[in-house]
Amino acid sequence: METLLKLEEVTHVYVGDQGASLAVENLSLSIGRGEFVSLVGPSGCGKTTILSLLAGLLTPTKGTVYALGEPVRRPSPKLGYMLQQDYLFPWRTILENAQIGLELNGIKTPAATAHVRQLLHELGLGGTEQRMPYELSGGMRQRAALVRTLATEPDVLLLDEPFSALDMHIKLQLEDLVHTTLEARGKTAVLVTHDLAEAAAMSDRVVVLAPNPGRIQAIYEMPKALRELPPTEARKQPEFQGVFEQLWEALESGEAEGGEA
Amino acid sequence: MSRNHEAGRQKEQHNGEAWLSELHHQHVAKERKRTWAVRIAQAVLLVAFFGLWEAAGRNKWIDVLLFSYPSKLFAHLWKTLLDGTLLPHTGITVLETIVGFVLGTLLGTIIAGLLWWFSFASRVLDPYLVVLNSMPKVALGPLFIVGFGPGMTAIVATTLSVTVIITTLVIYNRFREVDSGYIKVVRLFGGSRWQIFRNVILPDSFAVIISQLKVNVGLAWVGVIVGEFLTSKAGLGYLIIYGFQVFNFTIVLSSLLVIAVVATVMYRLVSALEHRLTRKGQEE
Repeated sequence: METLLKLEEVTHVYVGDQGASLAVENLSLSIGRGEFVSLVGPSGCGKTTILSLLAGLLTPTKGTVYALGEPVRRPSPKLGYMLQQDYLFPWRTILENAQIGLELNGIKTPAATAHVRQLLHELGLGGTEQRMPYELSGGMRQRAALVRTLATEPDVLLLDEPFSALDMHIKLQLEDLVHTTLEARGKTAVLVTHDLAEAAAMSDRVVVLAPNPGRIQAIYEMPKALRELPPTEARKQPEFQGVFEQLWEALESGEAEGGEA
Repeated sequence: MSRNHEAGRQKEQHNGEAWLSELHHQHVAKERKRTWAVRIAQAVLLVAFFGLWEAAGRNKWIDVLLFSYPSKLFAHLWKTLLDGTLLPHTGITVLETIVGFVLGTLLGTIIAGLLWWFSFASRVLDPYLVVLNSMPKVALGPLFIVGFGPGMTAIVATTLSVTVIITTLVIYNRFREVDSGYIKVVRLFGGSRWQIFRNVILPDSFAVIISQLKVNVGLAWVGVIVGEFLTSKAGLGYLIIYGFQVFNFTIVLSSLLVIAVVATVMYRLVSALEHRLTRKGQEE
């Protein structure tokens, strides 16, 4: 499997007025093309830091981050990023919002616009093109944000807890939608979440992180049966509970160690 | 049986709606009555004020030399309207005011943008802006008159001194309050600093810029009138100073009356513009 994302002995330190704090220490991880990897862990384990490093929002203090074979220096439309909130611009229509990435990169051609309309339609947002964001429900807005991310045809999707602000049933629907959409397009994805069940249901691999400083506690390959099913189906499988408990134990032990340190 | 029940419920619901809309009608009628009462009270107040003033002037209860009275004011306004002196004075003042508040808002926004762009400069300039803002800037008027000569440029400069600093501060603060999530969206697509400014900072602050335009209408009037006091060549401010110097308070008060009317109309127009632009931003 071709490696698409790679963290090489990455250390990141946040420096502020209060002092310097070690967020991630000496962390290495490779992610292959088409893989869906989740990063789980308690707060302070640096999972969002890792995602920001992958996206090029942060530059590592030590080590190197590679994406698509090149060192990451700054954000790029090839690395799609989905935020916890939709952050649709209230002064733009849904279509205009979905096209912002194309506009910013000067690639808003009629063909690209047609593609965005198609995406909106596929994600159940047909007919909302000219609506304003405030007219849409939270779940629809987050779907529009997904279209905005997909519009520039990124090779990699970085998902920063994009479901955490939603109601339970919408969250489950959206998990399925994202899973099938990414699978159909063969996209590589990294999901940051604090929800173990979500990680287990959506991923091929789950990386459990331990806090203070952030480091890898354990990596779990999900059973093949779970991997191929959409998240809502995976959750219903008998082996799901076992996987969930394994992750839970790894998380607990990591937290205990971190506490002692 | 169940069908009857269903029909009964529907009827009940229907009655319920009629009952509710009856309440709504009562509420609307009551509100309308109240609005009318307010309007009538306002009209009575206005008529009473002018009536009392007129009576007091004619019966010499007040010093006519100082306070004049309405019929004299209107006669004077009518006379100057016909001899063609009132409109040019009004026109020049209105023009100066419009140039003042439009330019003041524009310049303030541009300076705020520069401060946002050059964060080092904004930290350096911070105390100076605070000092400038606390100063009564119309006091700079004489400097402008010396610098630009007694004319429209000096008056507009005086007006800008009143509007620009506060506009800069208000809009720059708004720029800094823009939710970092929106900025992140643009950054994540590889957007440049200019693209962040154009696509996020400016549109997100649009409502505040427009409302500052409205505030500047009021401030511009202060700058223009003071400027005209100082240059004493033309305009409603000049008429006030002239009337004062020849001790003709009919001129002073009639000019004030014109200012009150024109300033109100201008404020209303800008309010309407604000309403249209901000609603457009949300609904279209």
